[in-house]
Amino acid sequence: MSGLIVHPFSTRIMSTTVTVPPVPPTANVSDRLRKKASRHIKERFIEALLFCAALISVFTTAAIVYILVKESWIFFEAVPLSRFLFDTQWTPLFDDAHYGIMVLLSGTITSSAVALAVAIPLGTIIAIYLSEFAPFKVREIAKPFLELLGGVPTIVYGYFALVFLTPLLQKIYPELPGFNLLSAGLIMGVMIIPYVASLSEDAMRAVPMALREGSYAMGATRLQTALRVVMPAATSGIASAYILGISRAVGETMILAVAAGMQPNLTFNPTESGATITSYIVQVALGDLPHGSIGYQTIFAAGLSLLLLTLMFNLLGHYLRKRFREVY
Amino acid sequence: MSNETTLNIEPDANAAIKAECRNFGFYYGDFQALKDINMPLYDKKVTALIGPSGCGKSTLLRSFNRMHDLYPGNRYQGEIVMQPDNTNLLAREVDPIEVRMRISMVFQKPNPFPKSIFENVAYSLRVRGLTNKSELADRVQHSLKGAALWDEVKHRLNDLGANLSGGQQQRLCIARALAADPEIILFDEPTSALDPIATASIEELITELKEKVTILIVTHNMQQAARISDFTAYMYIGELIEFGVTDQVFIKPKNKQTEDYITGRFG
Repeated sequence: MSGLIVHPFSTRIMSTTVTVPPVPPTANVSDRLRKKASRHIKERFIEALLFCAALISVFTTAAIVYILVKESWIFFEAVPLSRFLFDTQWTPLFDDAHYGIMVLLSGTITSSAVALAVAIPLGTIIAIYLSEFAPFKVREIAKPFLELLGGVPTIVYGYFALVFLTPLLQKIYPELPGFNLLSAGLIMGVMIIPYVASLSEDAMRAVPMALREGSYAMGATRLQTALRVVMPAATSGIASAYILGISRAVGETMILAVAAGMQPNLTFNPTESGATITSYIVQVALGDLPHGSIGYQTIFAAGLSLLLLTLMFNLLGHYLRKRFREVY
Repeated sequence: MSNETTLNIEPDANAAIKAECRNFGFYYGDFQALKDINMPLYDKKVTALIGPSGCGKSTLLRSFNRMHDLYPGNRYQGEIVMQPDNTNLLAREVDPIEVRMRISMVFQKPNPFPKSIFENVAYSLRVRGLTNKSELADRVQHSLKGAALWDEVKHRLNDLGANLSGGQQQRLCIARALAADPEIILFDEPTSALDPIATASIEELITELKEKVTILIVTHNMQQAARISDFTAYMYIGELIEFGVTDQVFIKPKNKQTEDYITGRFG
């Protein structure tokens, strides 16, 4: 065989010498050049267009941060940071105004904790079922339905919590107030399930079949394979799904505004009513406070706190993704 | 073409049979991938499956531990009977997990789990419910020694399996397969993703392993089959064409098709 191998260089010389094209007339050359130039301009244009599209999102984010920081600055000139962080009351409407963000934060944390206590276990179980157990047909039907659940407007969930779940919970626990963090949190959890389940399922399905086969070949059952091989291999994707769920819970507004009441209340007890950072912003935006007052400036300080909170979770998610990125 | 398999083997009264395909066939949906295969696996011997791509060697191999059960639409025909208990591995009432506990497998591409070296080897013991730490440690060490990997990894058992080199990963997979004391180990082209040096070490390992277990190996590499196997089966389009003692199959094939394939005239 080796005798037949022709050096690639020699074939190239051969082909060029044999098929040398006739020297093209100058008009043709400039024609071709113009075509090339126009293609170049077109590509540059498209590139610029894409760059602008990308720039819009960056610019929007930067503008939001700029406005939040600028307006919060006015707030923090009037209210020292220590009072903002450590005061135990939130009463911007009163003559004796207090601006303790902890009060709103406690509502956000409590309702999110309830929501995640529902969404993370259920979402994970659903993801395991869909990815590792469900027959093809079941998955093809169940997944779109699940994702539909994520498309229900949150205001609908809010009223569902207020007029259906709260009365139901009051039958079990009569002292429960009409507005409470518990039913808002539970319904919020149901709202978040599709996000957690869908993303976790994607992460688990991306685990190569070779790993599953390796596990089965060692005599593992389906459940053992799912829990001991597939889930650890999908850790980073599952962690991102959880972080997205947390961000959704922290940022959720309507369900809480409708079903949790808007009474600022420093509590970690879900059976009480309470305001969250988001529902407070709604309240102010609805016009309860005069424009330009310090009370009005509070929504920017509250918004900045919310932004920092979600940023923290995003960074945590980024770190977890890197830390647990599995090589397979 | 006749369906009869050419036997290139002297009857040997002492050779114990570990498993045997009897009129075995296999279907992917409506497609018949294997037809009427009758083949013994001799106890504590290496049997190689050779043949051109698509001839069904891997399909046959993966039938022994019922890997085809993982995918819908697959169907077995006939029997694969395992000795000494005369169990038909394909029978409905036989749990595929029980089968896989007796017949382990090493894959074409090394596929260590995203776990530490120790946990990779301990996996097959843990899924059997073994939790005793000192026993786990003993058996992991024993398996890693059996896979000629212990000296290279004994100081870093907590490292990820994926951090090892390709050849080491494949030996890790062999250690994993050895850990639960299987009766048969299936090798599906175990060296096709490895360099020649790693291949040599795996081949040496397989030759050592046959003291303890029965081995069935699929290989594309005929020299490899000649070097490491005691018996060779030549397959072509879902049929077993010739089965016999490796030296005889390679030196004096009885079937014309086998001869053509082995001498490189075809395939």
